[in-house]
Amino acid sequence: MTPAEPILTVERLTMRFGGLVAVDALSFEAQRGAITALIGPNGAGKTTVFNCITGFYKPSAGMMRLVHSDGSVFLLERLLDFRIAQLAHVARTFQNIRLFSGMTVLENLVVAQHNVLMAASGFTFAGLFGLKSYTAAERASIDKARYWLDRTHLTARADDLAGSLAYGEQRRLEIARAMCTNPALLCLDEPAAGLNGRESAELNELLRFIRKEHGTSILLIEHDMGVVMEISDHIVVLDYGIKIADGTPEAIRNDPKVIAAYLGVEDEEVEKVEAEVGI
Amino acid sequence: MEYFVQQLINGIALGSIYGLIAIGYTMVYGIIGMINFAHGDVFMVGAFIALIAFLALVAIGVTAIPIALFLVLLIAMGLTALYGWTVERFAYRPLRGSFRLAPLISAIGMSIILQNFVQIVQGARVKPLPPLIEGGYTLIESEAFAVRLSNVQILVVMVTLLLMLAFSWLVAKTRLGRDMRACEQDLKMASLVGVDIDRTISLTFVIGAALASVAGIMYLLYYGVADFFIGFVAGVKAFTAAVLGGIGSLPGAMLGGLLIGLIETMWSAYFSIEYKDVAAFSILIVVLIFLPTGILGRPEVEKV
Amino acid sequence: MSTNAATTRLPIAAALKDATLAALVAFGLFALMVGLYTDQGPTGALVVSTRLEQLTIVVGLVFAGAFARALIFGREPVGFGRLQPAWLTGRAANVFRIVSPLFGSALLAFALLWPVVFYDNRYLLDLGILVLTYVMLGWGLNIVVGLAGLLDLGYVAFYAVGAYSYALLAQNFGLSFWICLPLAGILAAFWGVLLGFPVLRLRGDYLAIVTLAFGEIIRLVLLNWQDLTGGPNGISSIPRPSFFGLPFNDDEGGFAHTFGIEFSPIHRIVFLFYLILALALITNWVTLRMRRLPVGRAWEAMREDEIACRSLGINTTNTKLTAFAMGAMFGGFAGAFFATRQGFISPESFVFGESALILAIVVLGGMGSQLGVAVAALVMLGGFEVFREFEQYRMLVFGGAMVAIMIWRPRGLVGTREPSLYLKPEGK
Repeated sequence: MTPAEPILTVERLTMRFGGLVAVDALSFEAQRGAITALIGPNGAGKTTVFNCITGFYKPSAGMMRLVHSDGSVFLLERLLDFRIAQLAHVARTFQNIRLFSGMTVLENLVVAQHNVLMAASGFTFAGLFGLKSYTAAERASIDKARYWLDRTHLTARADDLAGSLAYGEQRRLEIARAMCTNPALLCLDEPAAGLNGRESAELNELLRFIRKEHGTSILLIEHDMGVVMEISDHIVVLDYGIKIADGTPEAIRNDPKVIAAYLGVEDEEVEKVEAEVGI
Repeated sequence: MEYFVQQLINGIALGSIYGLIAIGYTMVYGIIGMINFAHGDVFMVGAFIALIAFLALVAIGVTAIPIALFLVLLIAMGLTALYGWTVERFAYRPLRGSFRLAPLISAIGMSIILQNFVQIVQGARVKPLPPLIEGGYTLIESEAFAVRLSNVQILVVMVTLLLMLAFSWLVAKTRLGRDMRACEQDLKMASLVGVDIDRTISLTFVIGAALASVAGIMYLLYYGVADFFIGFVAGVKAFTAAVLGGIGSLPGAMLGGLLIGLIETMWSAYFSIEYKDVAAFSILIVVLIFLPTGILGRPEVEKV
Repeated sequence: MSTNAATTRLPIAAALKDATLAALVAFGLFALMVGLYTDQGPTGALVVSTRLEQLTIVVGLVFAGAFARALIFGREPVGFGRLQPAWLTGRAANVFRIVSPLFGSALLAFALLWPVVFYDNRYLLDLGILVLTYVMLGWGLNIVVGLAGLLDLGYVAFYAVGAYSYALLAQNFGLSFWICLPLAGILAAFWGVLLGFPVLRLRGDYLAIVTLAFGEIIRLVLLNWQDLTGGPNGISSIPRPSFFGLPFNDDEGGFAHTFGIEFSPIHRIVFLFYLILALALITNWVTLRMRRLPVGRAWEAMREDEIACRSLGINTTNTKLTAFAMGAMFGGFAGAFFATRQGFISPESFVFGESALILAIVVLGGMGSQLGVAVAALVMLGGFEVFREFEQYRMLVFGGAMVAIMIWRPRGLVGTREPSLYLKPEGK
């Protein structure tokens, strides 16, 4: 599990909001086929980094380079948000889940395959008259949805409204939906937030499965140190928009700067981190 | 040149009225992020209340114009504020947490209700009011043209200035103003630190409506007529003013109002009076496309 | 107002207190507006007169209403969520799934038979045509508002573009209805794209105001561009439609002679009825079809969450544009039909109130529900006719209905949504 080349290279990424510098000259790499975790105290700028990578924010400065395994290169800071998903195949989930709650679970997964289906429907004209090529493509998209429903244990809920799912199920559905776009890089914003122990373990399982069977690289923001330490191949630690550490879980666990950063926060959180890291 | 100065004066007076209405849009938008579509009609209601109150006062023998006007001002501000409160309480408050378009649709419904309510109870015909404040000053007199500054215009601008100062003080210095600014930053956070959100939002509507009623009185004095439909066009123009100045910004609302008033009078004077509303509406579209944050607005960061 | 929500009914004393407060507020609101009436006296100056009786009635009604409400519901806010029923997902939804196509078919049969049953009743035929026109407009706007979630307050502009396009093309170039109809639709769609392209990036409520402004601009231009549009006088003697080339007249070669039947002016009315029915059904068919296509699903997804759409690689600007253009096109078709039916159009037919009426139909019917929109159009326009003597109150009722629906049933009266596809076969 030591891939040679990075899928994503972030160089001197800076994001300013008015006078506030949310991310300051951040550089890091995410290796292909690996799980990279981005951690740090609240307000460290993690989600901002995600929003820059996925194009929802336009960074004030810096470069983000994504390389596909076929060698094609995308400079993410130059692409619009939907183009990043469409061309560079970066998919993401959201900290406060964003599902199409008035649509069914299955529809959520089929909408994720929009661009493939749109081409197959001849940009609507062929589909309007029910051409065979389109019906076949639609069936294929349902099959793919079914595959991910099975992986996320949601098959029984396929025809229910996404908004009616339990919290943990919604988190899984969001990951399934992101996977339906065939991502090269999957960005997960706090996927374990609000999950119970069993659900967290299932999530670990799912992420490992995605990495192993689909070779998808994963970039992860997470507060749950149990999840982070267990599944990450590489960890980047942010504090006040600045990278303070970068390394393997073992290295991070013993890095005094990381401990200080967490110590500088609230007592409660420090105790939690200490317990989880095992100091 | 004289003609231009005259238009400048007219534009500023008209712009003051738009500015007063625009404040209501900007405040509500700043705090709960909705366009209070019915605000233009609240302005219209304010003008009607003022009209009726004035006639009633004259009927019961209060004939001294300054006293009557002062009483009208108090009555109109109070009662229109009550309308503002009622609208928020019944049409908007139950919708917090509903889906995205709900408050806006409800506001459109409210606007239709107010318009038709006034049309039913007071009739569809235009209500004329004889000029109450006459006279003025001739500023420049040339052979071709005399530039006049009427007392009504002076009054309109003075009252607007006074209210703006009072209102800025309210927002900057009082407890209520602090609560309003807190709500503007983050509604949920404000409630966590002990701001009574319901009350603050209610008061925002009340103040907005009171200011709109003053604009209604000024409109009545300036044009001498009112009908149930004046709120629609004035509302859209005032909204344009709020957007042009930068929605959420109070000085912006005033600046935008002045600009819209000037553009409208200049356009009428130099191009065509028929297309003056087209000009104002086109500005709205152009501003939203090219300058969505307005002149004094802050850039809006989409919350992802 | 106390936020201390009592879950049970109030004791009578507290209810009386609440009702008194409500009556005081009502008195404040209505004392001048209802209690006094201003009208122009003989000299032209305004005279004020009192209407204490009406004021007492109104305030009394508010008192009684508030008292009853306090006794029945207590102080619990009667708001969003309270009457949001479980039937959206529960078993009732399945019943609805079976019943609604049946009801839809019955409604269609009803529409098809209408001219047969009321062949000699010109009034009812005209009413049917009117209702169907609004059904079509409602369905057109439903694409934009109901499916794509874009609040369009200037829909009537596209209706106007269609009507004037037809009128001008037919008059100036002598083109037949069947050539003008698609042209009117295309022109309206073109305007939709022209407006939509720059403004569809705006957030939802800005879009609403911009479309409103656009609607007014179109109307003012129609009103003032005298040379082209005839200004406030409008355009009259617009060519009537022919039965695929056969005119509806008493001449040799007319519709009646060709088919060997006796001439009657009703023929044209019946033809118009079926024409608008067909146009509306085409609108419905295309909409239902598109809902099951990627573009339609993207519309609905966009209504639910635009940011999530963009994170999935959906070009939301283009998606909005297609919805806007489709809606505009059907509005244009309806406009062309309106022009040919009336034979006369003027800017007065295209005021903001029309946009509001169409929007109310969509909102009341349940945004996204085709059947709901049809029922809402039928109920509203039918209601207008039945309660003719209360005409001045009708807009008031609409406004009230729009607010009430948003509070109690934000998804509309017929608020169930049929999924566009199922994993399991239907019925299971």
